[in-house]
Amino acid sequence: MQRFLVRRFFTTILTVLIVSVIIFAMARVAGDPRTLLMGPLSTAEQWDLLGKKLGLDKPYYQQYGIFIWNLVQGDFGDSIFEHRPAREIIGEKLRNTVELGVVSLAWSTLVGVPLGIIGAVRRDGFIDRFGKALALIGQAAPSFWLGIMLIFFFAVRLEWLPPSGRDEPKAIILPAITIGWFFIAVNMRLIRSSMLDVLDSEYIKLARAKGASERAVIWMHALKNALIPALTFFGVSLSSLIAGSVTVEIVFAWPGLGRQAVTSMLASDYPVLQGVVIVLTLMYVGTALLVDILYAFIDPRIRYG
Amino acid sequence: MEADTTNGTVITREPFGLRARRMLRRMRNMPILAVTVLTILVICAITASWISPHDPVSGDLADRVLPPIWEGPKFATQTVVNEVEIGQRFRQVEIGSKDFEEAMALEEAKAAEKGQPARSITVGDTLEVRIRDAGSSRFILGTDHLGRDILSRLFYGARISLVVALITLGVGGTIGTFAGLLAGYYGGWVDELLMRTVDVFLSLPYLLVALVLVVSIGQSFGLIVGILSVFIWPLFARVVRGEVLQLKSMDYIALARVSGAGTLRILLVHLFPGVINTLIVIGTLNVGIVILVEAALSFLGAGVPPPTPAWGSMVADGRDRLADAWWIATMPGLAIAFTVMSLNIFGDWLRDTLDPRLRQLN
Repeated sequence: MQRFLVRRFFTTILTVLIVSVIIFAMARVAGDPRTLLMGPLSTAEQWDLLGKKLGLDKPYYQQYGIFIWNLVQGDFGDSIFEHRPAREIIGEKLRNTVELGVVSLAWSTLVGVPLGIIGAVRRDGFIDRFGKALALIGQAAPSFWLGIMLIFFFAVRLEWLPPSGRDEPKAIILPAITIGWFFIAVNMRLIRSSMLDVLDSEYIKLARAKGASERAVIWMHALKNALIPALTFFGVSLSSLIAGSVTVEIVFAWPGLGRQAVTSMLASDYPVLQGVVIVLTLMYVGTALLVDILYAFIDPRIRYG
Repeated sequence: MEADTTNGTVITREPFGLRARRMLRRMRNMPILAVTVLTILVICAITASWISPHDPVSGDLADRVLPPIWEGPKFATQTVVNEVEIGQRFRQVEIGSKDFEEAMALEEAKAAEKGQPARSITVGDTLEVRIRDAGSSRFILGTDHLGRDILSRLFYGARISLVVALITLGVGGTIGTFAGLLAGYYGGWVDELLMRTVDVFLSLPYLLVALVLVVSIGQSFGLIVGILSVFIWPLFARVVRGEVLQLKSMDYIALARVSGAGTLRILLVHLFPGVINTLIVIGTLNVGIVILVEAALSFLGAGVPPPTPAWGSMVADGRDRLADAWWIATMPGLAIAFTVMSLNIFGDWLRDTLDPRLRQLN
């Protein structure tokens, strides 16, 4: 268990460091930040002064050290375009991204898990087929396109829901459905296949033999163990939800971190872009780490393995 | 007759008839629809420059936003005015304009059908005006906002998607396979090092890293293939390593070592053939993933640089024109969805046929 945790922490920190090196290097490759900050009329002295202020006169490894030190303290620098700390902007957008993520996750679990269980219990029944079709679409259709199609039907044609933005509470429905759809597919497939495995095992036969009701066998005995293998893959896909929300946020003009990343990217607003990428990376590796630790606690085979 | 007498038993090669029959039995469950879709796709991608009815990158603005062949013309009621105000274009029709003449002719025809005299039209009256032409066989799937033929762009887009996927799988697959072979065969610190690297690479948020790279370095075909290869190799490495761990304890590897085969020879001649089936399966399943990621990058404007028609950027083109031209965004999305769906179905079938052990991975 300890070895497992140490190893997981190590790779997580390494990942964050690699991402930080990439964005640090890329900001330098893209050119001198002073060209964006200063007008064409600025003098050479002003140029040098700003360079000193931003630490550009120091060697790269020192600059990287300062960059990391500031990141650890939560200081991402000031936005070049909005003239306020990048941290403020990121904080606002983070709330929206988390909100969308939680709602998507909730509804996809509510639909995906029961579909998987019923699919496993009544194999090739109507619900199983329906679930499989849903999963097939969810895994094949790109989420940005799915989102556009939902906008077309429910916002443009039927005019039931707003096509974009976050002005009314019901604006979250379409983006959440879009992100959640992929997750229904993941949830359903995972639960279904691990349920099938578990239902085949000896202890389920024993439970049936001792006369437990079918409902108790499925929902108490089988589900508990079927959830364990599903959980690991779930962690991986949970973090891909965070990364995948970028395109969906763009499609629905949802004011979250993903959309901010693209906006800042187009505007060459590096402090904000760096901050967003770091925060999203932390969320991405953080959720995966959390789920893995949780998994180790739930399944003794991992803990002692 | 070939015989293998290394451990005392004689293994004869199966007669051809039996083998052929077994192959046929396996093929019977082949998902025909998926294979058909994929075959058509590959043919379209290869022959794109011959079968495309129009140029994929330059269109005539006179042909812009034409609907697919099955769509009829679209009419709307507009008010007759003397001069069309800018911004009111969709609600007004100007006396003497082409649209007005056509609408008048329509009105007279309608009146003649009912046997009534045509009503006289003055400023302020309303008229049924044709605001969109019907689809024609010139553009089977319609045109986009620049008058480019969507069908032709789909063909060329298929080519781009497949080329990107193949190169990515070639580069990423080779690196991943080699890393997997090394990690599995050597074990110890080599294994530990390579597998921790795999862990790190698997947890990189690719879409974001790709965005940052594209902004700072600039869009290019090579960059996209590079990013996708880096994204795909750990998946290969992990599975190949697992396979090698099982294979290397088998007798024939020990025999090869005893008979003096070098490490490279054992890796490439003795272990590699053992993982080919697995490679085919994960390769097929990953083509879909590569196509989806490439589409997402193109959609965000960070994919293969324009004017190359990529499916993802075609969806982006149609995003703002849903209300009056739904087909621009719909068609390329359908192409992606059907392609990936077919690849997934075909890959699942391949896995069940070639390598049933892998089934538990999903």
